[in-house]
Amino acid sequence: MTWCEVPGWLIGNEAIANYGCRMFGGLAVTLQLVAISVSLGAAMALLLALVRLYGGKVASTLVGGYTTFFRGTPLLCQLYLVYYGAGQFRPFLTDIGLWTLFRDAFFCAAFTFTLNTAAYQAEIFRGAIQSVGRGQWEAARALGLHWRGILRHIILPQAAMVALRPLGNELVIMVKSSAVASLVTIFDLMGTTRLAFARSFDLTVYLFAAVLYLCIVEVIRRTWDVAERRLTRHLQAG
Amino acid sequence: MRRIVTIAAVAAAAMLAGAGFAQAQQKEWKEVRIGTEGAYPPWNNLNSKGQLEGFEIDFGNALCEKMKVKCTWVAQDWDGIIPALLAGKYDVIMAGMNATEERAKKVDFTAVYSRTPISFIAAKSVTSTDVSPAALKGKAIGGQGSTIHANYLEKYYKDSQIKLYPTQEEANLDLKNGRLDYILADKLALIDFIEGQGKDCCKFVADIKRDPPIHGPGVAAAVRKEDTALKAMFSKAIEESIKDGTHKKIMDKYFKVNILAD
Repeated sequence: MTWCEVPGWLIGNEAIANYGCRMFGGLAVTLQLVAISVSLGAAMALLLALVRLYGGKVASTLVGGYTTFFRGTPLLCQLYLVYYGAGQFRPFLTDIGLWTLFRDAFFCAAFTFTLNTAAYQAEIFRGAIQSVGRGQWEAARALGLHWRGILRHIILPQAAMVALRPLGNELVIMVKSSAVASLVTIFDLMGTTRLAFARSFDLTVYLFAAVLYLCIVEVIRRTWDVAERRLTRHLQAG
Repeated sequence: MRRIVTIAAVAAAAMLAGAGFAQAQQKEWKEVRIGTEGAYPPWNNLNSKGQLEGFEIDFGNALCEKMKVKCTWVAQDWDGIIPALLAGKYDVIMAGMNATEERAKKVDFTAVYSRTPISFIAAKSVTSTDVSPAALKGKAIGGQGSTIHANYLEKYYKDSQIKLYPTQEEANLDLKNGRLDYILADKLALIDFIEGQGKDCCKFVADIKRDPPIHGPGVAAAVRKEDTALKAMFSKAIEESIKDGTHKKIMDKYFKVNILAD
């Protein structure tokens, strides 16, 4: 017996014992998908937020349109647009050598999730940066710091404290939203659970999946508590 | 001793009463709700007006006429079609469902009303008609999740990439898009695609031999296990309609081939 069969065996449920290994495999896919898209999305979001704030009128409006679109439409709709939409433009994508990427369902999902979470995170970063008082800019400028130095050493560290909690929320939301990937043939946690249910008709597998999702979210929550304590230790008394 | 006899008598009476109650529970069916998927033409399909149509809708209505019951139709997603029956959302499933052993653990099946060929389709560029697991090693094969075809692929095509879709239409679209090399599905459900949308891209490659443990005896209506009277009613009506030609008449309206082959 391998470790992934243990939970099913422990609670004496045949379906979970039979499909436990596949479901843990699915869990790994979910974690990969979320890790890739949230981290790439974060890098993209920081750039987007800076462009939105300091990039001039045209660029700022474009970024505004981007975030409005991705925050204003369902993730499933975006995923279908990318996945099946890419299929419609196959000759063009083949010509520019991108079809091999878009042929892969995992890439399509990671791509869509990155664009989606980048929009949300950009708004979080923008709000956090704006929450740092104007006086900080003025004081730093008076000290003769270059704007890049001001951003890096004065503004962003303070913005990070404000952004931390909403970013944690966004990560949790992405973990749960990533379940839509199962609708484009990806065997993530939800995909493997649906497969297990289709074979066994045993609702317990969904309960087991829910517990697994809950565990991931709980780990994130605790990690975030630690991170927050570290980032704000200079504010804590004693 | 006397006491034991009394207890036994009471118990026997209770059991009889219980049995009587169960008999009474087998209510007389005046209204039957039939669940179907509504996304599997020409079997059952939601048309552009949002109404259900297809072979099973016509055939189901003909059965209801024979049984002199009033029938209403309910559209339900395929993945939840058995759970919703068990939850009492409707009383019968008629949705191109093959009577497999696995499903028979949860529901009872009526007499079979269709046995259809199962086929592989592929892009037109495919020249070989060999669809053995060895020939399809490493190929991307699509199917609809929670179907006998998905089970068949998982059992025999372990070395291929198997991709499962929520509906057959999505799998068809991905074959057209080139993400899939092959699709395995019910031949009749595929004819519409091959003669319509997929005319330019795709073609039939080969039929497979039915594998009884997976495919079961054929397509039948499903009822909850306790509804034995309903099951008997439907089985009788199905057998009659096959005998008196009603089945054939409706079949000819929707299919170009015999869907009740041996």
